[in-house]
Amino acid sequence: MAILQTPNGFTLDNSGKRVVVDPVTRIEGHMRCEVNVDQNNIIRNAVSTGTMWRGLEVILKGRDPRDAWAFVQRICGVCTGTHALTSVRAVEDALNIDIPENANSIRNIMQLSLQVHDHIVHFYHLHALDWVNPVNALKADPKATSELQQSVSPSHPKSSPGYFRDVQTRIRKFVESGQLGPFKNGYWTNPAYLLPPEADLMAVTHYLEALDFQKEIMTVRTIFGGKDTHPNWLVGGVPCAINMDGDMAAGAPINMERLNYVRSITERALVFCKNVYLPDVLAIGGFYKGWLYGGGLSSQAVLAYGDIPDRANDYSASNLMMPQGAIINGKLDEVHEVDVRDPEQIQEFVPHSWYKYSDDRAGLHPWDGVTEANYELGPNLVGTRTNIQQIDESARYSWIKAPRWRGHAMEVGPLARYIVGYAQGHEYFTDQINSLLRSLDVPVEALFSTLGRTAARGLEAVWAAEQQLYFLDKLVATIKAGDSSTANTTYFDPATWPKDVKGVGFTEAPRGALGHWIKIKDTRIDNYQCVVPTTWNGSPRDNEGNIGPFEASLMNTFMEVPEEPVEILRTLHSFDPCLACSTHVMSEDGEELADVKVR
Amino acid sequence: MPQESNVLILGIGNLLWADEGFGVRAVEELHRRYSFPENVVLMDGGTQGIYLVQHVRDADILIVFDAVDYGLPPGTMKRVEGDEVPKFLGAKKISLHQTGFQEVLAMAEMMGEPPEELLLIGVQPVELDDFGGSLRPDVEAQISPAIDIALEYLARFGIHASEREAPLPQSGTIACPVLTRERYENERPSAEQACRSGDERLLRDANWHPPSDFERDMETLLAGDRAERG
Repeated sequence: MAILQTPNGFTLDNSGKRVVVDPVTRIEGHMRCEVNVDQNNIIRNAVSTGTMWRGLEVILKGRDPRDAWAFVQRICGVCTGTHALTSVRAVEDALNIDIPENANSIRNIMQLSLQVHDHIVHFYHLHALDWVNPVNALKADPKATSELQQSVSPSHPKSSPGYFRDVQTRIRKFVESGQLGPFKNGYWTNPAYLLPPEADLMAVTHYLEALDFQKEIMTVRTIFGGKDTHPNWLVGGVPCAINMDGDMAAGAPINMERLNYVRSITERALVFCKNVYLPDVLAIGGFYKGWLYGGGLSSQAVLAYGDIPDRANDYSASNLMMPQGAIINGKLDEVHEVDVRDPEQIQEFVPHSWYKYSDDRAGLHPWDGVTEANYELGPNLVGTRTNIQQIDESARYSWIKAPRWRGHAMEVGPLARYIVGYAQGHEYFTDQINSLLRSLDVPVEALFSTLGRTAARGLEAVWAAEQQLYFLDKLVATIKAGDSSTANTTYFDPATWPKDVKGVGFTEAPRGALGHWIKIKDTRIDNYQCVVPTTWNGSPRDNEGNIGPFEASLMNTFMEVPEEPVEILRTLHSFDPCLACSTHVMSEDGEELADVKVR
Repeated sequence: MPQESNVLILGIGNLLWADEGFGVRAVEELHRRYSFPENVVLMDGGTQGIYLVQHVRDADILIVFDAVDYGLPPGTMKRVEGDEVPKFLGAKKISLHQTGFQEVLAMAEMMGEPPEELLLIGVQPVELDDFGGSLRPDVEAQISPAIDIALEYLARFGIHASEREAPLPQSGTIACPVLTRERYENERPSAEQACRSGDERLLRDANWHPPSDFERDMETLLAGDRAERG
């Protein structure tokens, strides 16, 4: 090609050196990324490939719809609960099942708890090392680190020079043992790392604190889901009974003591987010605020389905506490309504995906979705069918379909939710954003960046922990008013179901808008389609040549050293990609180390 | 080691991909047939990564059941102990636990709390590329021997399981009640109803065709490599 203009505003030039990163590490699932850089090492073309076939839909076909949650929660190791929740909502929608208020509160608490948990784990354990250099932390002065800690977050108690010296010794021992562990495979001499050693040591220390703390958050979902590590779910409500005077024996119903325990964990999570997580985002952001690459589509086109219904069974935008809406063409003063049932709104296209439709140019609404593999490669491919050296993006090149909202490629996730909330004038989100921008002393445009995506996740963790407390209060109030029901089993018997029905369930997973569309025929699943957040963000090109959010976010980024794709990983990780469910778990890959090739 | 050591017996892997379910099925079966003293925890770890770190830190003795690619004939069982374990888990990652289990062990170590004793009981899978499928007979046949290895290993530390009078019913599983083997296998739709094939690069089934000219492909590939090395 040489130079191509995309309808969504990007100029693609594939004439420069090609950099191939496969697999992209520290994500769930498998993904490959190829870019072309010009003579100034600026990315001028980006191609993102989901390298695994997705078989979720075909596994579910013919199964009992009441069981679907158990299958979908095994697809991926991260957002198990959110898939299960989306699934039971889809079945309830199809069968017109209303759930009790308590079930809604408990589901919200579990979902919000997952948001907090996932955001913390993502920031510290999957993303921090794109900004933080643990090897550099060994050079830090513990006393200066202690001063930095106290200035960044005066209320965090763990800040003595001795504490940081201990952690430093621990890391040194670990590094010197040669088994770097989670810290291996880094590009620790790359000039893209900008933190002074003290900030590196502070962040690595919090990496360990977060690893220690996250275990407690998990227990919230265990208490309500009844089981570690895969909670149980139920069509019609939640599988836990309430008996406020009951004892604490294993498997016993929810009682006051347990609710108090959940409250204390939630309060501590909130303190952690406010005193450690958010201050770290600001501290790290302060050093990187000159690095505002990675905005991609965020200033143009963002989508949020919304989630966290305040009252049970009402999924309209006004009842959802997480914002719902779509912004296109960069017009922040116009937020469009989103209807996941409307066949004209959400459609999936496959001209650049390894699937076939009877009409390949058509877009299919998920209720009519088809999952039929078609592994076919373009004429410009370098390599072989089983060993691709360089993909041909002019043809089919990904196991991810291309979902579009009214024809637009859309970014989803915490930043998308915050932009929609901000555009709607939602007071809480707007205050949070303004305060963030003030602290960093950056204009609102800075939000549309890799850093903005990472910061929005931190803001949302605080919000989610606070809403968890709201629903705990609500749960206790409802129970005290005499309503302790947690499940509606009226329609649990398939004999009562209509012959042919369809439904949709949606949530906001930590990484973005998630929808499951189900068709039930003769009490069995006839079609099941998931459009997951990474399908939106990792989408390949469409009929018109629009590039997807991952691809757009990499465009025009300067790379310090093309052989060391720190900048690519930084931006892709900021989306918290989860390829396990957007594609299928089938790669035979052996290497954890990203293989980077420059051609 | 004193009797009070905390023991974790963990099955890891994905139930939905045929032999990848070995770890979870093995720990499920162990629980159905034996009961343990209170200091022994049996767990379906699924494909959870970082979420398992805490459980590993809490354990003094850790036994892991998993499908492992040892490069041995399919269905072969192999036990690996102690420091050798991470090497095998990392050698070729066939299970996509988002944080490889090797990394989970490294994180526990970094927190200063690695298990003191570690045993990996792995089976070389026969088949992974069967979506929604179950264990192949050769792998299933290794569940009982795998359980025996675990029990014998625990006995070394003076920890003894009691065989139940009758195995618990499948519904008594420690894994997922909806995914118990019987239901999982019996309610599976036919291949005609739900296509089971996948990425032909990996499946090598009827839909997969070898390169039309292997020699030429190899030559192109090598030429590319040579060009790269300059």
